[in-house]
Amino acid sequence: MKLKVLAILTLVSMLTALYMIFLYAPREALQGDAQRIFYIHVPLAISGYVSAFLLLIGVIGFFRTGDLKWDRFGETAAALGVTFISAQLITGSLWSRPIWGPWWVWDARTTLQLVLDLIFIAYFMLRSYLPDPQKRAKLSAVFGLLGMIDVPINYLSIYLVRTQHPQAVVSPGGGGVSPEMGLTLTVSFTAVGLLYAYLFNRRLAIAKVEEEVDYLEQVVLAHE
Amino acid sequence: MKSMSAIIFKDIVIEMRNKESITSMLMFGVLVLVVFQFAFETINVERGLLAPGTLWVAFSFAAILGLNRSLAMEIDNDCLQGLLLAPISRGELYLGKVASNFIFMMIAEAIVLPLFVVFNNLDFNLKFLEVAAIACLGTLGIASIGTILSTISANTRIKEVMLPVLQIPLTVPVIIASVEATREVLTGDTRGISSWLYVLAGFIIVYLTASYLVFEFAVEE
Amino acid sequence: MALESEDIRKTFGYFTALGGVTLKVKRGEFLALFGRNGAGKTTFLKIAATLVKPTQGRLRIEGIDVREQPEEARRRIGFLSHNTYLYRDLTPIENLRFFGRLYGVQDLDERIHSLIDRVGLQRRASDPVRSFSRGLHQRLGVARVMLHDPSLILLDEPYTGLDANAVDTLNQMLDEAISAGKTIILTTHDLEQGLRAASRAIIIDRGKIVFTGDARDPATRDAYSQYIRVGVTP
Repeated sequence: MKLKVLAILTLVSMLTALYMIFLYAPREALQGDAQRIFYIHVPLAISGYVSAFLLLIGVIGFFRTGDLKWDRFGETAAALGVTFISAQLITGSLWSRPIWGPWWVWDARTTLQLVLDLIFIAYFMLRSYLPDPQKRAKLSAVFGLLGMIDVPINYLSIYLVRTQHPQAVVSPGGGGVSPEMGLTLTVSFTAVGLLYAYLFNRRLAIAKVEEEVDYLEQVVLAHE
Repeated sequence: MKSMSAIIFKDIVIEMRNKESITSMLMFGVLVLVVFQFAFETINVERGLLAPGTLWVAFSFAAILGLNRSLAMEIDNDCLQGLLLAPISRGELYLGKVASNFIFMMIAEAIVLPLFVVFNNLDFNLKFLEVAAIACLGTLGIASIGTILSTISANTRIKEVMLPVLQIPLTVPVIIASVEATREVLTGDTRGISSWLYVLAGFIIVYLTASYLVFEFAVEE
Repeated sequence: MALESEDIRKTFGYFTALGGVTLKVKRGEFLALFGRNGAGKTTFLKIAATLVKPTQGRLRIEGIDVREQPEEARRRIGFLSHNTYLYRDLTPIENLRFFGRLYGVQDLDERIHSLIDRVGLQRRASDPVRSFSRGLHQRLGVARVMLHDPSLILLDEPYTGLDANAVDTLNQMLDEAISAGKTIILTTHDLEQGLRAASRAIIIDRGKIVFTGDARDPATRDAYSQYIRVGVTP
């Protein structure tokens, strides 16, 4: 029941956000329509950091309890992390082409998100080569911890490079932010947030089912 | 301390006998430098700007070869289990392996570095020593995280391939800081160098501590 | 007590390797653990050797809680399995010297030489282990286990792959260890070797102790053969 409410809320807010992004929010003076991509891009980027934080919680939970449910929690966070950061990098690239010229600019935020994405992908690759669930949970928790510790150090070093090699910066918000723009951003934040929560819930449920299937397979094999 | 020196000594004796680790790191490091000379041959830019990047690509990938060899030796005949049976803590074991990995990497780098100076027509002066000092710090950073990551990757079927996948993204801060610090030394503009050294030192402290604490999870069944 | 385990459980994912093993082994006892492949005897031995952490349960070695002071407990344990944990590129002397340093053995060189004589490796003492046959390899493995004079000796299928000579050497060293008051726990498939010098025999099946008996009692033999034939003990 709760899930259904969440699903409907997500759908409604997504549609509202789409309407507001394309029809309600005014056309930005400097960047034109390309600026509208930011209403989605920024919430996606934040979701990436949220995923990193949730993975860290999963890792700590697993170290404290040894319970596989925390492993599933961390895996889910990383799965959404890969999805949302990859989407964010694509939207960023689509924006960069008309505004900055190149598809890809190695600015601080982009670089940081790319490295975070690579860490999440490495986390998944490691998991896929560890068939035993207990071992998979333990080793990917160690890697997850080391990877998440890396985020602030990464941020620091990338930030330092950029401050020492200044480059042309167009602030993501563009020129002045009108109240309509602010409201649109708020709504799309809500929509992406709800979508994240919904997907998190569903992915977690799938992870649980996967584990049960895995178990049943083992039982069947043991009885053959 | 005693167990650490025992591990280092044992690794050195084995290396002197089979010469696998240092030779492979050395060859690979030199090859990377040579390949970069070809790649940048026609580009007319100041050497001091490009060279640090080539040096650290050579160091960081060569280190991965060394780490793979070092762990392969412990996996062979299940020797790692023998180490786990010994009355030393998992943390001490980790530090011992970091130390011997670090020493082997430094030996290989000590030969690659003069070649780097020669290939790039640099001078053997104070700058050379400064770059060597940065190499020490950066290599310790790579060894600190590489030692625990190589024990993780050893549990997978594709160990040798898994290690770079895990290691390269996590060593981004080390590579950035080492490249920038090296570049500042070579170009003579060292105004920002202290912040890079702080990043390196911070990375080393954070990862030595974290790995020391969680190493048991990486090695125990 | 040389070893005390309370309700030791170990699960690997969904697979239960040990479903609650409670066992007391007195000092000087020679215990033989029987059971088929995957019954859990190796897992139990590895837990006793602190190589594997139990999912649940308490374990004391010579009165030392393994969870609280693992290093102290390990100092008293010698563990020999099918794998000898020796470095192939090192000679027997170098191997023993390395492990001796890890254990902080006193008068190490003397101890190494007397052990190498005991296991009959004098003439090969300076050859890399790589060139050794399985039998020689295992002899050196025995020397490694005895090196730090452990009070609890754990042996996991030690007879596998040994030639008759090496079996004799191993048995001789076990007899000496017993008369020196050491405790031995051994797992094996080989009933004869297992019962040869053991004082107590235990059968483990599906992660639980299903039979305990005196090793010299003919009933133990019957229980074992019945277990092998029909999978249950009397």
